[in-house]
Amino acid sequence: MSSEPMIVFAGVEKRFGDNVVLSDLDFTVAPAEHVTLIGPSGSGKTTILRLLMTLEKVNAGTISVGGRYLSHMEKGGTLVPADEKYSREVRKRIGMVFQQFNLFPNMTVRGNLIEAPTRVLGLSKEEANSRAVELLDLVGLGEKIDEHPSRLSGGQQQRVAIARALAMRPDVLLLDEVTSALDPELVAGVLSLLRDIGETTDITILCVTHEMGFAQDFSHRVMMFDGGKVIEDAAPDQMFSAPEHPRTKEFLAAVLNRS
Amino acid sequence: MIDWDWDYAIRILPALLGGLRVTVLATLLGSVLAFALGLVFAVVRRNRVPVLNQLVWGFVELWRSTPLLVQAYLIFFVLPDVGVTLSPLTAGVLALGLHYACYTSEVYRAGIDAVPQGQWEAATALSLPTSRVWLGVVLPQAIPRVLPALGNNVISMFKEVPLLLAITVVEVVATARQITAGSFRPVEPFTMAGILFLLISYPAAILIRRLERRVGVL
Amino acid sequence: MFDNIGLIVSRLLSGVPATVSAAVGGIAVTILLSFAAGLALLARSRWVRGVARTYVEFFRGTSEVVQLFWIFFVLPALVGFQIVPLGAGILVLGLNHGAYGAEIVRGAVGSVPRQQYEGCVALSMSPAQRMFRVLLPQAVVEMLPSFNNLFIQLLKSTALLSLVTVQEVAFQGQVLVPNLGVGEKLTIYLVELVIYLVLAVLITFTMRRIEGWASARVGRAPTPRARRPVLPGKPS
Repeated sequence: MSSEPMIVFAGVEKRFGDNVVLSDLDFTVAPAEHVTLIGPSGSGKTTILRLLMTLEKVNAGTISVGGRYLSHMEKGGTLVPADEKYSREVRKRIGMVFQQFNLFPNMTVRGNLIEAPTRVLGLSKEEANSRAVELLDLVGLGEKIDEHPSRLSGGQQQRVAIARALAMRPDVLLLDEVTSALDPELVAGVLSLLRDIGETTDITILCVTHEMGFAQDFSHRVMMFDGGKVIEDAAPDQMFSAPEHPRTKEFLAAVLNRS
Repeated sequence: MIDWDWDYAIRILPALLGGLRVTVLATLLGSVLAFALGLVFAVVRRNRVPVLNQLVWGFVELWRSTPLLVQAYLIFFVLPDVGVTLSPLTAGVLALGLHYACYTSEVYRAGIDAVPQGQWEAATALSLPTSRVWLGVVLPQAIPRVLPALGNNVISMFKEVPLLLAITVVEVVATARQITAGSFRPVEPFTMAGILFLLISYPAAILIRRLERRVGVL
Repeated sequence: MFDNIGLIVSRLLSGVPATVSAAVGGIAVTILLSFAAGLALLARSRWVRGVARTYVEFFRGTSEVVQLFWIFFVLPALVGFQIVPLGAGILVLGLNHGAYGAEIVRGAVGSVPRQQYEGCVALSMSPAQRMFRVLLPQAVVEMLPSFNNLFIQLLKSTALLSLVTVQEVAFQGQVLVPNLGVGEKLTIYLVELVIYLVLAVLITFTMRRIEGWASARVGRAPTPRARRPVLPGKPS
């Protein structure tokens, strides 16, 4: 493991109109680290994932991934906002799984899995296919490879979505409330898959979730967000048993009492 | 009051059908042009290409608010003066295609807007190139949904083709007029021309309504 | 070339009264027929619905040019008298666009929430009171954007009247065209397009004002632009 951080947010500010969602945000994530972001809605946690996925642009500050700037590029010695071409290059190393799965309904499972590896990474059809088969077996859906997403349950679709993200062999994986849209009985299957992935790979994982039990087993670090700032950052055991910040205490009390 | 001459009617039918062939041909060719050009307009507008975007918007707004007849005159009478001589049918198809492209571009836009935002985001997350986002993800989802609306545009175009007789295209109504000029009996030719339109557009409209039910109207 | 511009424009403008007369007349007949047929499509009596449906399908299914030529050439042969060209034009414009308008009315009245209808029944209102005091006012607000599109379609169709000798704008243009040079021909057609565009904008402006007034009467804000019907051209 290198000591160079995998993800760096430096002085990041993000506004939507007059609404300041993130202000002067600084944090780093080490390679292969699993970090969970918790906090109330609107605290900015999902925005962080969206900024990393270049679905949004920063208003101020910089973001770097794997030692390269993501939000900006170097041009003639200064930093300018990154253009689409540059972003696409750096973005290839980052994968994301969405709350609503977002599988492409006009393709089969196989199609979904080989689309990006062939078109973006330049893999041959055979290589992409064998990778797809391997990943689907890993997520336990090998026999569904030629089905259309609409014929799968929510949990199955989400597992395919995870496989699709992994097919790109990302260095960083972003998980945006990936079990929130699932029926309760399907949640466990997806979470156990994520635990396996966490244990067997070196992927740096940033996760936004309400599943506190999962956050506790799975993460190396938990960051509590409120009002666009990190108000507490600690190992899960400490965070959940002895939170320091009053707001964290309040939040955890409410969330843990309910579940 | 209505004296209908069946012998006469049957005698002129082949000529009218010949004219109808031209009407159908103009519709098919015009539709192909409208479908292709409309898609280009829609994609340009969606991608917000800097100058092109406003030009397309301006053109579409102007072109669909003004009469097809005047546009056909413009294409047929002005182009020869700049060296482009088109046959009446070609000029007519061009006029139809340009005019209806303005309608189809709106139809495509509605279809594209109906594709969930999550699809665009997933495509971005996978770093798919723009061409694949459109060809592999968005258009395959947008277009099936708007096929009924596109079909309705074809039917509308079919019914507007007769105005091309003003630029000397010999389609079915022009044929009816020619027949009348020779025989001084307008009843059969024009009535039959009307019935021929009904015979094609009514079943077509029914088919499209069935298609709408299957595809889910936008 | 450019000294002729003044003559060109004034000649074209001389066609505007005919265009406007045809449009206004056509719109009037359209409104009458749209409501008559539209409400008839919702009637209890199967016979009334059938007549309305036949009218709608017939005029939507045939070409406007055919209808125009039929009224102008065939009708005189059958009944012996000739309708004035402008009259024939207004009649056809109204009959044709009234058929499309009937569907707009039917759709809008049908889209008023069922609860409104039930509320009227609970208050023991008569069918006429139901329709005119409650359902129609709400439905009218829904209809206005579609009618806006329809009326602009009608305006565009007034150009067809030039084919049956009505001396409106397009007709005047064609009278001038044979005598002109290159640049002048293009100018004529462009000026014609601008004239129609201006008239279309006037129609839209008027309809928006009416929409504002009608919405206020039922206590609603007018439909935002984004929700307007996206399928221009004749709604079918």
